[in-house]
Amino acid sequence: MTGNPPAIRFEAYKQQGDFVLDASFESGPGITALFGPSGAGKTTILNLIAGIERPQRGRIVCRGETFADTRTGEYLQKHQRRVGLVFQDAQLFPHLTVEQNIKFGQWFLAPDDRTIPLAPVIDILGLSGLLNRRPAKLSGGEKQRAGLARALLASPRILLMDEPLGGLDDERRQEILPLIERVRDEFAIPIIYVTHDIDEVERLASHVVMLRRGRVTDAGAPRVVLRTRGGPTQHEQSAG
Amino acid sequence: MFGLTEGEWTAVALSLRVALVATAVSLPVAIAAAYALARWTFPGKMLLDGFLHLPLVLPPVVTGYLLLLTFGKQGIVGAFLWETFGFTFSFRWTGAALACGAMGFPLMLRAVRLSFEMIDRRLEAAAGTLGASPIWTFVLVTLPLALPGIIVGSILCFAKALGEFGATITFVSNIPGETQTIPSAIYSYTQTPGGDAGALRLTAVSVSIALIALVVSEFLNKRAQKRIAAFE
Repeated sequence: MTGNPPAIRFEAYKQQGDFVLDASFESGPGITALFGPSGAGKTTILNLIAGIERPQRGRIVCRGETFADTRTGEYLQKHQRRVGLVFQDAQLFPHLTVEQNIKFGQWFLAPDDRTIPLAPVIDILGLSGLLNRRPAKLSGGEKQRAGLARALLASPRILLMDEPLGGLDDERRQEILPLIERVRDEFAIPIIYVTHDIDEVERLASHVVMLRRGRVTDAGAPRVVLRTRGGPTQHEQSAG
Repeated sequence: MFGLTEGEWTAVALSLRVALVATAVSLPVAIAAAYALARWTFPGKMLLDGFLHLPLVLPPVVTGYLLLLTFGKQGIVGAFLWETFGFTFSFRWTGAALACGAMGFPLMLRAVRLSFEMIDRRLEAAAGTLGASPIWTFVLVTLPLALPGIIVGSILCFAKALGEFGATITFVSNIPGETQTIPSAIYSYTQTPGGDAGALRLTAVSVSIALIALVVSEFLNKRAQKRIAAFE
């Protein structure tokens, strides 16, 4: 990690019924994977960073900007945070075309804040032939590419990806994986990547945070954490 | 067409005007109330929900009488409006519109609320993370996605308003040219010797309007279902 402020400094407590999230971690540039079985709290962490959920206690700082701090009462609403959230099932707006979808975030940005230009995003994600289509006419892989473009074009401080390959078959995964790598390399944007697939962690991430039942059990370089320290059990790898 | 007399045309035109105004005025209120009931929790929510649906289950005459007690010139609200603004609903077509609006409102509310409840909340969350404030999210995402329900609810309310009789006649009586809508005109004909022909003519008009409303509603419903299928 460099001398810049970390991409995310996360420290939060949230109780919801039986589930308790009590986690803290930091992430740097590149891709940080949140890895663990379902019910570990990965999606809750993304929702807390995005401002979709509120922590009961804690402090979330993204690249020097305080998103939430329960001690000082600071809290940025989700539309003020400039985070790009990529959903597992894309969540494209069904009443808008692909072009209107991917430009959605730009409407709310001052021209100076549009740090990620339209043309290369359309090019890299192969969307030029799909711009006039409605989401209902897209395949799963196409939806996910459009969802990624929509999040990127809002020129976010950080990209949050919630199991973006989770709903796709293996062929589509192999199609999208290199695109995520290109996005990571060309736009130099920090990414928090939620997954329960160990192969995705090894291929994409430079840092991994292991989660289990709402707590961080380990964190570090994927090779070190996943191999030398035992990594997840077989049961956790197969858990959906 | 229909060989209507001038007085009958007046009743038809008045009916359409009353139904249109009732629907147009109900719409923003129904959207606000439906949104509050679908999305917020607040004390007294069940009570408000029940109150708004009351005209659906009360005898229309009771609704009309309650309107008279509230909005009549001696009513709590009516007296205030009369003394402050010189405005009254009593024996005016605006009163007919109020009665028809009150009767049609629950039907509209249900349709709009259902369409709000069907919207995937994560679409709104997505709009928020993309920089849309809650108001922009409502305008750009929630409202367009609820449009099928809003259209169907409006047609239901319009049709109900066209056919409304009991509440209207109780609240604003049956004055030709002012509060006599198609149903009250038909009622007057049935009370008059030799009025059968007029009643039949207006019945034909009523059936025609109802058929058109049904066809339009069915057409829009099909389109709405297509849109909803597109949600997948």
